[in-house]
Amino acid sequence: MELAARNSEHSHSAYRKILLNWRVRLKSCLIVDDSRVVRKVACRILNDLGFTCEEAENGQKAFEHCKSKMPDVILLDWNMPVMSGIEFLEKLRMMEHGEEPVVMFCTTENDMNHIKRAVDAGANEYIMKPFDSDILKSKFVQVGLM
Amino acid sequence: MRITDFDIYRDILKARSGLSITQDKAYLLDSRLTPVAKKWGYASLEGLTMALRGVPDEEVIKDIVEAMTTNETFFFRDQKPFDLFANTVLPYLAKHRKKKSTVRIWCAASSTGQEPYSLAILLKEHAALIENLNVEIIATDIADKVLNTAREGFFSQFEVQRGMPVQLLLKYFTTEGDGWRLNDDVRSMVKFEKFNLLDSMDSKGQFDVVFCRNVLIYFDEATKSDILNRISNHMAADGFLFLGGAETIIGLTDSFKALAERRGLYVLQDSAHDLDSMTA
Repeated sequence: MELAARNSEHSHSAYRKILLNWRVRLKSCLIVDDSRVVRKVACRILNDLGFTCEEAENGQKAFEHCKSKMPDVILLDWNMPVMSGIEFLEKLRMMEHGEEPVVMFCTTENDMNHIKRAVDAGANEYIMKPFDSDILKSKFVQVGLM
Repeated sequence: MRITDFDIYRDILKARSGLSITQDKAYLLDSRLTPVAKKWGYASLEGLTMALRGVPDEEVIKDIVEAMTTNETFFFRDQKPFDLFANTVLPYLAKHRKKKSTVRIWCAASSTGQEPYSLAILLKEHAALIENLNVEIIATDIADKVLNTAREGFFSQFEVQRGMPVQLLLKYFTTEGDGWRLNDDVRSMVKFEKFNLLDSMDSKGQFDVVFCRNVLIYFDEATKSDILNRISNHMAADGFLFLGGAETIIGLTDSFKALAERRGLYVLQDSAHDLDSMTA
């Protein structure tokens, strides 16, 4: 009797675990920006939208991150020390599985030449700073992440 | 605000625009009408209210109506209706309208133009499908101010980022100063006209597609019914009506019926649609 109860309890918790993993596989977002403040703000908004966030302060760090773990989506600044956003994107799209993440630029560069160059390099969307949660959300909906 | 003062505004709005406001929205009067009072030289809203008790100036009333109208809008708002327009309505019209015939689309309460311009862009994107048709987009609103903004086709960086995919932004807009200008070939596809939904629609003619989204929510039940019924008299027998996702016709009209599995899309009750030939 006791054993049976324990077995059932065990299978119940195992089942719950599977269910949780299956249901709540949150999408992951890598936020690449040299400003800690921007990373925090973006992270807070994205957490509210149901994404897990990791951060990188430049293109090089982001590239290292992607080598070990490819995120579902990358929010990418343009101007950063060490490696810029556009350099990172070009390298990312050459990597194995590097075509998989949705890449969304998020930068103060707001002229057509920059936007064209980003799209040509494989960016899926482009956010011009300053941004707010409405813009971020509408862009995520647009590319089918939500 | 005193209840009797509230009544003055409620009556003006109801008579001039059909807008229905309830006491719980009294705070909106203060925040939206204080600038109008200032503009006309009154020290406070009370001053404006006093003036309205006399012989009100038509121009002042116009400003009051415009200030109280909600103009929330963005490109491709809610996405789904635009998918339905591109994937269901356009293929249907392409198949069922004679070559060279004119298809007429009406955006009722078009605000600053994001909805009709989104449709114009979709028409451009699906140009091959409708190459044998002549498409007209008529966009109307009660407020001159938003109509003028809409005609300009000039949007701030914030506005273009709410809903406009970046590929379409590059294709149909050009940067200008702090904002983005819609290219002339798209801008010229939409004809903006001033129109009050309470007025007779007789001069408007017949439409193949009507967008009347998130407008009726501001009217009382009787006005909603009346507007829907009058719209139905201006629809092609196999025309399409789009309402907002949260809106319903239940209890309001028998003129239309909802299309199953196509949320927000309605056809005439006795419609002559060849429904089977519609794609999803």
